Formats: sequence, structure tokens, C-alpha cells
Amino acid sequence: MTDEKPTATPPRTAFWNNPTFRSLAFQIIVLASVGAFFAYIVNNTLTNMAQRGISTGFGFLDLKAGFGILMSLIEYDETYTYGRTFFVGLLNTLLVSFLGILLATLLGFVIGIARLSRNWLIARIAAAYIEVFRNIPLLLQILFWYFAVLSALPSPRQSLSLMDLFFVNVRGLYMPAPQPEPAFSAVGAVFALGIVASLVVARWAHRRQDLTGEQFPVLLTSLGLVIGLPLIVFAVSGFPLTWDIPVLQGFNFRGGLSLIPELVALLLALSIYTAAFIAEIVRAGILAVSHGQTEAASALGLRTPLTLRLVVIPQALRVIIPPLTSQYLNLTKNSSLATAVGYPDLVAVWAGTTLNQTGQAVEIILMTMAVYLTISLLISLFMNWYNKKTALVER
Amino acid sequence: MAESGQNQKFERLEDLPPPVMAVGILGWVRNNLFSSLSNSTLTIVALYLLYLAIPPVVNWAIITADWIGSGREDCTSGGACWVFIYARLNQFIYGFYPEAQQWRVNLAFALLLVLFVPLLIKNFPYKTWLGFLLLLVYPVVAFLLFYGGALGLPVVSTDQWGGLMLTLVISAVGMVASLPLGILLALGRRSQMPIVRAFSVAFIELWRGVPLITVLFMSSVMLPLFLPEGVTFDKLLRALIGITLFESAYMAEVVRGGLQAIPSGQYEAAKALGLNFWKSMSLIVLPQALKLVIPGIVNTLIALFKDTTLVIIIGLFDILGAVEAAIKDPSWLGYAVEGYVFAALIFWIFCYGMSRYSQALERKLSTGHKR
Repeated sequence: MTDEKPTATPPRTAFWNNPTFRSLAFQIIVLASVGAFFAYIVNNTLTNMAQRGISTGFGFLDLKAGFGILMSLIEYDETYTYGRTFFVGLLNTLLVSFLGILLATLLGFVIGIARLSRNWLIARIAAAYIEVFRNIPLLLQILFWYFAVLSALPSPRQSLSLMDLFFVNVRGLYMPAPQPEPAFSAVGAVFALGIVASLVVARWAHRRQDLTGEQFPVLLTSLGLVIGLPLIVFAVSGFPLTWDIPVLQGFNFRGGLSLIPELVALLLALSIYTAAFIAEIVRAGILAVSHGQTEAASALGLRTPLTLRLVVIPQALRVIIPPLTSQYLNLTKNSSLATAVGYPDLVAVWAGTTLNQTGQAVEIILMTMAVYLTISLLISLFMNWYNKKTALVER
Repeated sequence: MAESGQNQKFERLEDLPPPVMAVGILGWVRNNLFSSLSNSTLTIVALYLLYLAIPPVVNWAIITADWIGSGREDCTSGGACWVFIYARLNQFIYGFYPEAQQWRVNLAFALLLVLFVPLLIKNFPYKTWLGFLLLLVYPVVAFLLFYGGALGLPVVSTDQWGGLMLTLVISAVGMVASLPLGILLALGRRSQMPIVRAFSVAFIELWRGVPLITVLFMSSVMLPLFLPEGVTFDKLLRALIGITLFESAYMAEVVRGGLQAIPSGQYEAAKALGLNFWKSMSLIVLPQALKLVIPGIVNTLIALFKDTTLVIIIGLFDILGAVEAAIKDPSWLGYAVEGYVFAALIFWIFCYGMSRYSQALERKLSTGHKR
């Protein structure tokens, strides 16, 4: 005989064994203790600051800074405000990060591909490069370039020169600067137009290939539009561009484009160090594409360049891009080590000199952290978007 | 003719040797270095560049270098001046630790070796006890030895610590403290409780988003403001707090990767056995998850070890700081390269050793996951 009656209600548990109650209680405790901790800190900070006579708030941003900065991308001298020094530092950080990312990517891809070379010697050299540079602290490498290599360069009068156009000496790296004349703006306009036109062509070609299967030489057309057309305009308008070549005057070079040694040392160390990590990422990405994919592509009759472009590289990039962006983020954060050699980046100018002069520790550190957090948030937003776009769609 | 052919006995000829160019050293060279025109060009260019780079370096570092002596006068040959390193070695290793007390540092590190090396030996008995000693008893003993103030040992304040010893102290404390904190944060981030999860995410993303240097600045400038009047923290302790919090966020992300890789069947099986949260984590999930992420953990530890150099920016003298100070010493000006090469070599040996050990450990622990 089966008992049709529903079984008795489960035995009552004590309320403190109820999981819902437990999680609720635990969370309230966590919330309360974190809240109390912050209240305690804020309270202490306010008392301490009141005692030391430090005013709170961002009023100091409008005060006159009164100190010079070694290098600035925007107009700056001692008479500008602290608010301006913030932007000078921020721009310098962005400049060194941008150049570093460019160089590190180039070098990293070359080394990563060399690491996979069938040539034994090349593969060994690449492996040695990776093992040496990623196992030595970045700060040490920055100091090495700055104090051991660049400060051993000759004085301006004995500069090393390349074709009398590029000069290297203890004061920095000097190169010719382009001086566009008014007519040059036409070239720029045509260049921008070329980019837009080639985007349109690429879209059209893609759609046509989807519909008819006919291919269109997109790369050649775009190259013609982006590079060829501006060159023609450049020639037609009578080469409206002169070069300002650096010349030795007195004790130093005048004119041209110059990079201060602090920037050169930082850039060298950052890109050499990060390139070692990027190389490993590139290698892992290429190895992640299984050999079956290459074989399948050649079974379909694709030639090697097409196999690379249509099969291997898109799949490898899916593995490469996420860790690559986090390396870019690391490079940006590591550029804060500039302060060790005196390159005026955000940390050196803002969290260093400005903090020492004003004593506004809380505001300044919070602003510095906010800048880096914003950059990292933007990069992770990009990464999430990219991951979603390229995620493997499985059945 | 036919008969003569029949009478002829068939004799087996000796096997011909394989072509000289296909086997042995020559075959290897041909396959790996000169397999095609482009490969040959690459090899020749690389050999030429190596020829340009290596002989001068070897010449500088070994052949024409000065090895013995006591002062600057002994460096005359034009090569590297290793006398400089030798003369400053004590400072590079112990910083400003008083010479009469340096046996304490040696003893502490010798103890560490005695306790740690058996852990690396396969099948060594009493490993659990050793680990227990190492994690709970040893730190107390080491602190007593380093700092003193008890058992008749005079106090050596932390501003006298320096050199390699300080580097090792900071990295050891950072490593031991950031792993458990990282595991807790990773568990918090995967928790069902929204408030715990939100705090963990905020903590992790905040520390991961800022450079270590601003964390160190913060711990040296802002931490004193956070504390009530009269309470002060040691400079070294402030740096340690900054580094631990910073690295624990990275550790948490590594551990989270491992937790996500464990199939949910494992969590459910642990629940079905009636294990509570902490038991199911410590007995079932974490042992598997941590094993999966050993390479990631070791990479984080290597990063931590390299990051300890940043403490020189807030005025602590680790090995790089000691080298920097020695280079700027007027009686030894001009030997910066030697100093940096020495420091780089020390860091390289430690980091490379760690990464090699992790690879070996990974091979040893990969039990049946290989396809």
C-alpha cells in the first residue's frame, strides 16, 4: 500500500541554520564593518588634516604653480596654475604610453614570430631575448638605460650623427621636424578623404562578395586612395613642406624635433620589457591555431598568404588581443616609473612636485588614481566589447 | 649467357651510407640553419650580429676585467671592474645592518633553507609538519632574529635593513600574505551574496587599475593621515601593506580563473556529501583549482619579486637601492654598468629559477588531465 498522503512538513530548523538568514546576517555584518572602517578612516583623516592646518577641497587647482616642467606638450611655464600642471603631466603620460605601445607591439610581434621560426639560431636568439628581459625588473632597466647608457653618450659638440640629420648626445635625440606650409592642409584634407573613401569601398566590396562571390582588390585600392592620392596632391601643389634640421649653436642643438634623454630611456626600457611579454602572447596565439586548420585551408585550395590572412591570423588574434590589451594597460601603468629618472609624467609632476608643494595628499592621490582607473576601465570596456564580438559561436 | 647468369651467386652489397648532407651535424645544420635561401640569409645576418655583439661583451666582462683588488686603483685594464662589486658586497647583501649582528641574518636565511629545501624533495616524510613550522613558527623566529629586542639581541631598527636581505624580506612577506588574501577575495567575487561580491569586485578592480607606485605613495603619504593621532607605522610596514594589498588583487584574479575551471559537478558532489562551504572549498574545490593555476600564481609571485624594487622610490634601500647608492659614491664614480649588471644578475637568477621550478611542478602535478 502506498501512502498517498503528502509527507509531513520537513523538520523545522533553527532560524540561525536557515541559509537565507545566514547570508543576510553575514552581509549586514560585512556592510557594517566596512562602513565603520571607512567612517573611522575619514574621521581620523579629517582630524589629522585639521590639526596640521591642511585645507580640504580642490581650491588649490587655481593657485599659481611656480615651478617649471622639463617637457610639456601644451604651453606651460611657472606662471600657470596647478590645474595646468595636472594636464601637462597627464599628456606626458599619454605620450610615453602611446609611443611605448607602438614600439613594444612592433618589437613583440617580430620577436614572437622569430621565436617560432624554423631557423634554429633565430628561434634561440628570440628565446634568449624573452628570458633575459622579462626576468629583470623594469625599474632596473629604466635606471640602466638612463644612468649607464644615455649619460655615457658624448657631449653636444661630439654628437653621434646619422647623415647630419639625426643627432644623439647626452642631452637627447634630435631629428628634423616637418614644417608644413599653408598649402599642405590640402594634402591633409585629401588624406582624410582617402580614408573615408577606402572605408566605403571596403564595405561595398564586402557586400558585393557576399552577394556575388566576386572579389575586389580592396587593399590596393585603399593604398592608392590613402597614400597615392595625397602624394599626387602633394606633388601638384609644389611640395609645400620644408624640414627644420637641428643645428649646433653654442652648447646645444637648436631647431628640429628633440626627445629628452629621460623620455628616450623610459621609452627604450618600457618597450623592450613589454615586448618580451607580447612576444610570448603572440607565440601562444599562433600555436593555439591547430594544425588541422592550416591543413583544411590548403585542402580547400587556399594559397599560403590567403591561408594566413583568412584562417590563421583571425583565429590567432582572438587569442592574442585580450592579453595584449592587458599588456598595454600594464605599460601605461608602468610608465609611472618615469618618476625614477625625472621624466615629467603624471606621477612625477602631480603626485610628486605638486603634492610636495601643496600638501593636498588626499585630493592629489585620489585624482591620480582616478586617472589610471579611468584608463583601465576604458580599456576593459573595449576588451569586453571585442570579446563579445569575436567570441566563438558554437552550436 | 643464361647459364653464366644462373651460376653467378647473389651477393649482398654493403648498404651505402646515407648522404653526408642529410645526417649528422651537417644534416642538422642544413635542416635547421640553411634550409632555404631566406633561412640562410637570416642565419648569416644573425651570426654576423652575434659576432659584433658577443666578443666585446665577453672581453669586457671576463677577459680584460679586474677581479682582485681592494680599491679603485686596482681597476686599470679597461674592462669591467668587479672589484667594485666585491668591495661593496656587504652593503649589497645586508644594507646598513650592523656588521656585528649580521650573523642573525645569515642564521635566519640558513634556517629558511633548512626548512624549505626538504619541501622540494620528492617523498620526504613530515612535509606537513615542516610546512606548519615554516608558515607559523618560522616568521616569529625570523622576526626576532632580524629585529631583535628579545633574548638579549639588540634591536636593529628597520631603517638599517637593506640590500638583498630587504628584497627577500619584502617579497617573502608579500608572497605569504597575498595568497590567502587573494583566495578570500576570489571566493568573495564568486559568492552568491551580492554585497560581498560587490565589495570584492570593487577592491580587486581598484587595486588592479592603479600603478603600484601610486599605491606606495598612498601608503607613505596617506596612511599616516588615516591613523589616529600618535599612532605611527614603520616605513617598511607601510610598504609591506601596500604591496600585499596590491598583489592580492592580482592573486585573486588568478585564483578565480582556477575556480571557474572546476566543473560544477564538483561543487554539487561536495554539497551532496553534506560538506559545508568551508569544508567543500578547502577539501574539494581549492586543491583542484590551485593546482590548475600554479603557473599563474608563480607568474604573480615573480611579478611581486620584481615589483619590490619600487620601494626605492619611497626611500627604502633594497638591493637596487644599495647599488644606486654605491654608484653615486664619489670614490667609485663611473662603474654604473657593473653595479646594474650585478643587480640584474641577482634578480634574473631568482626569477628564472622560480619560473623553471613552476614548470617542473606543473609537469609533476598534471595528473591525468592531458588528452
